[in-house]
Amino acid sequence: MRIFDPHIHMTSRTTDDYERMAAAGVRAVVEPAFWLGQPRTSAATFVDYFDSLIGWEPFRAGQFGVRHHATVALNPKEANDPRCHPVLDLLPRYLDKDGVVAVGEIGYDSMTPAEDAAFAAQLALAVGHDLPALVHTPHRDKARGVERSLAVVTESGIDPGRVLVDHLNEVTVKLVRDTGCWLGFSIYPDTKMTPGRMVELLKTYGTERMLVNSAADWGRSDPLLTRATGEALLLAGFTDDDVDRVLWRNPVEFYGQSGRLDLGDLDAPAATFAGNSILRGGE
Amino acid sequence: MTPDRLRAALRGVPDPRWLDAALRRVRTEPAAITRLFPAAARHCGRGPLPDLPGWTVDEAARALLLAALPADHAATTAEALYRYGDAAEKRAVLRALPLLPIGAACVPLLHDAIRTNDTRLVAAALGPYARHLEQAAWRQAVLKCVFTGVPLAVVDDLDGRADAELAAMLAALAAERHAAGRAMPADATDLLDRLGAGSDLTTAREA
Repeated sequence: MRIFDPHIHMTSRTTDDYERMAAAGVRAVVEPAFWLGQPRTSAATFVDYFDSLIGWEPFRAGQFGVRHHATVALNPKEANDPRCHPVLDLLPRYLDKDGVVAVGEIGYDSMTPAEDAAFAAQLALAVGHDLPALVHTPHRDKARGVERSLAVVTESGIDPGRVLVDHLNEVTVKLVRDTGCWLGFSIYPDTKMTPGRMVELLKTYGTERMLVNSAADWGRSDPLLTRATGEALLLAGFTDDDVDRVLWRNPVEFYGQSGRLDLGDLDAPAATFAGNSILRGGE
Repeated sequence: MTPDRLRAALRGVPDPRWLDAALRRVRTEPAAITRLFPAAARHCGRGPLPDLPGWTVDEAARALLLAALPADHAATTAEALYRYGDAAEKRAVLRALPLLPIGAACVPLLHDAIRTNDTRLVAAALGPYARHLEQAAWRQAVLKCVFTGVPLAVVDDLDGRADAELAAMLAALAAERHAAGRAMPADATDLLDRLGAGSDLTTAREA
């Protein structure tokens, strides 16, 4: 089973996770820029974060045979702090990078005017840089948040086929299914979505434009739930080809629209000398 | 290395007209390099350059772009491109430094690269431009190569510059490795031998 996790915050994960993911079949990931638990108070700290997403983290992933790409944005939570607004001016530089395959996570947290402004401005950046967009949907007041997000997407003029609306569930999937946007589901140990519930959703709505991610981060989460979902799908009677479509081909097709997804020679040795740097690097 | 050799080695890139146009543009409009530099790998490729062992296509194309800058822009632009570059762009800046009319102005970039744990950056910092690096920092960087498994063949002028102090540092590392039952890389023990410290090491091994 080859797995592309289209949304995982590897910055928060250990090297043990990389090893377990690689062993479970995870060969590529996209790490969206988001918040880090502790709110940031200046744009400069975002620069270091973005640098890590296009520098250190892909190198670290490469040591374990995992291909790492990123999406870059000012997230909706921190869009509410005026001290972070200069991040918007820094984004164009990062949106030119080879490893950046979308603008994201953008969208709503509390649906404030500041979030409106950042969301619209960053959809415009996606259009201007010819990149797809990853839209985070809020955890509170979710259905109205999804509706409002879709309205902003429509207003921006971006092609819906270049938009991934994430963290959907049984209620909100209905709002997005017929919009032409891609649909993301974050499989968590017991909250956003579970493997069993995901199986039912794929039975109901089919596999087209459906993406499954672990969204693993610094909270209670599990980077192997993509694999668990694949196994649950097979047990429920889905074919290997169905599973490959959801866990590999769909994310490749969505992020491939950036023209920057680099999955060539995935089996080549890691970018290092003698294959050992950080595998034992902290000594 | 010279820009002419890079140019000749890049004759076979998939989109040579992009590179030609980019080079022309950078000569007359230096600020354009900000967007051309990150885009170079997408247009030219990332594979090894058959005619120039040790160089990749993107490194060579980016080094050429830097070398095309008007001389008075070279140092500040190299610094900015490194500051905001991804790992591949940073590596290309480091490899381009010896080609640029910048004197020792970009030595701080070497310090930054050597501080990282990205072995590709550490290696790229030890090319010919490292002649501007002060001896203490250079020794630490060579030791870091041994420590992290970077082949010493990447270090420019290794034998010309290796001194008794480096030999003492390497011998101390060899003693620690020996005590831990771990091997030293063969190129490091060879260097110790050449530095005349091999006999001390043999004593340490047998002790």
